[in-house]
Amino acid sequence: MTRSLRPLMATTLIFLFAYMLAVLQHPGMLSTRVLGNFLTDNAFLGIASVGMTFVILSGGIDLSVGAVIGFTTVLVAALIMWMNLHPLLAFGIAMVVAAGFGAIMGAAIHYLKVPSFIVTLAGMFLARGGASVLSPDSIGIQHEFYSTISKSYILLPGGGRLTVVGLVMLAVFAIAILLAHRTRFGSNVYALGGSETSAALMGVPVARTTITIYALSSALAGLAGIVFSLYTSAGYSLNALGVELDAIAAVVIGGTLLTGGYGFIAGTFIGVMLQGLVQTYIVFDGTLSSWWTKIVVGVLLFMFIVLQRLVFRAGSRRP
Amino acid sequence: MTRPTVDLRPASLPPNPPSRPMLTYLARPQVIALAAVLLVNWLLFPGFFSVTWQDGRFFGSLIDVLNRGAPVAILAIGMTAVIATKGVDLSVGAVMAISGAVAAVLVTSGVSAPVAVLAALGAGLLCGLWNGILVTVLEIQPIIATLVLMVAGRGLAQLITEGTIVTFSDPVLIFIGTGSFLGFPMPVVIALVLMIAATLIVRRTALGLLIEAVGVNRSAARFAGLSANALLLIVYTFAGLCAAIAGLIVAGDIRGADANNAGLWLELDAILAVVIGGTSLMGGRFSIPMAVLGAVIIQAMNTGILISGFSPQFNLVVKSAVIIVILVLQSPLMAQAFRRRPSATPPKSGTPQ
Repeated sequence: MTRSLRPLMATTLIFLFAYMLAVLQHPGMLSTRVLGNFLTDNAFLGIASVGMTFVILSGGIDLSVGAVIGFTTVLVAALIMWMNLHPLLAFGIAMVVAAGFGAIMGAAIHYLKVPSFIVTLAGMFLARGGASVLSPDSIGIQHEFYSTISKSYILLPGGGRLTVVGLVMLAVFAIAILLAHRTRFGSNVYALGGSETSAALMGVPVARTTITIYALSSALAGLAGIVFSLYTSAGYSLNALGVELDAIAAVVIGGTLLTGGYGFIAGTFIGVMLQGLVQTYIVFDGTLSSWWTKIVVGVLLFMFIVLQRLVFRAGSRRP
Repeated sequence: MTRPTVDLRPASLPPNPPSRPMLTYLARPQVIALAAVLLVNWLLFPGFFSVTWQDGRFFGSLIDVLNRGAPVAILAIGMTAVIATKGVDLSVGAVMAISGAVAAVLVTSGVSAPVAVLAALGAGLLCGLWNGILVTVLEIQPIIATLVLMVAGRGLAQLITEGTIVTFSDPVLIFIGTGSFLGFPMPVVIALVLMIAATLIVRRTALGLLIEAVGVNRSAARFAGLSANALLLIVYTFAGLCAAIAGLIVAGDIRGADANNAGLWLELDAILAVVIGGTSLMGGRFSIPMAVLGAVIIQAMNTGILISGFSPQFNLVVKSAVIIVILVLQSPLMAQAFRRRPSATPPKSGTPQ
């Protein structure tokens, strides 16, 4: 048990160590304000990463999440501003559309027996293209509901603000942890990632599980899109460009094995926070340029992949 | 290098009858597809096929399609080799940005152009070698191994250019992007030469067979006496080199290195070109000229959409439709449906449903 938790422990320790180093340089970073902003600023990435974790646990990959986020922001904005729907109704429609989109991709992956990355690549083109066909320009959202949501928060001791958006992300993580570790669907996902053939022989409904996984991933990307539109109060087809890469990086840094079948949702949370830390540190430092974020995230990604290999090899050597 | 004593090719495609290769390749759906796209373009724009000779070079929409399709075609050449080994290289777009940045920064700091070009190609080789090492020595899945450079590479390119768009007026670099040779634009000439050279190397030596062997089954190829790791290193390094060449062309074309946008999303176009070219994503079956044709088809579609007055974003929808059609055609379901008609063979059970 302790050995299987090793990558998660490593990620947590590295996060705490990095945070400590950052605090030593900039004592201002140790405040609930910064922590609250961590949650708010990375909420959409966190939610999308949860979906990505399920996909990667099952041995696949979903390149369409960024595009689905962008599409959802446009769809929600169009429904609210052009059709005069209530935002909550628009959110519902957007989630259903996203989930349906994911289900179709899942069905294509299972029934056409094509690698997931090429199907979700097509999905990415389709969602981005669909969003820009819907509206090539940015649509600003003006609605009471939006201003109320963005104004409401829980005040933390020390002046930090836990926003609705941040709370949504925490709730998604909590539900996802239960889903992954305490339900039959969760076990099926792990089984599928271990070996599809064995899973099928054990009686795992492969078709249903695959479709559900991709529907879940896209639905969560849709939710991330809603959160993104709450965060920016606008819908734009090029929103969240390349977020799929950040999400994959968060999942990998969080200790989930890319070959599938092994990993933790909680690890993904730390992976997201670690990326947030890098960004915040660069903002605090002021002299570093923004492109360092990409390089540092790339280096972290590399480190954790190598770490995984080492742990995996050490594990397989034992009798 | 030891020659494999076992013919590994039939094992790759269990459902195929032995008579398959020549017959279907004669039909060449890619050629028909290109003809159809060009016909539509011609209907939309009657002057599409007219090519004129002016200032010692050809001009015309057709030449323009080839010229603009050249960078993706060059990427597709390298990508074909990678995909044939059952891998994928997501970093080519970022490598393009790096090579353009290296060349531009060196040239503006007074280094002679040939040295700058060599340095840019060297940078591409190094990037490819890095990917290859991750895939072979560390045994990381290709999609993830190359993801590292895809994420970090653009940051590195920005580090080299220090976040600015470095412009240059060096005639040699500009010639690579916009010059002409025997009347044809330089990018087209480079792509053509690279395609012919790569095809000859792969098909006139055993290299192609070895690549296919590794793509079909890496451990089996190793047991058959192939040094699979060395082969993979060569293939990824070659992809890096191709990306560097494409990066030089793009930089020369705009007379500057834009680390943010050079080669953005081109890795996806390159993969699409390879898939259109009929190379199997499962490894083991590939064709470099067909992948180049795939790149030309993509560019012809892009041009067609621009001529017809749709917004360029419409491209993405069309591209995804193309991928979907290809996936359905390539899927085992379709193969089964086609096979059942001539002879009622019982369907072989693959993975249990």
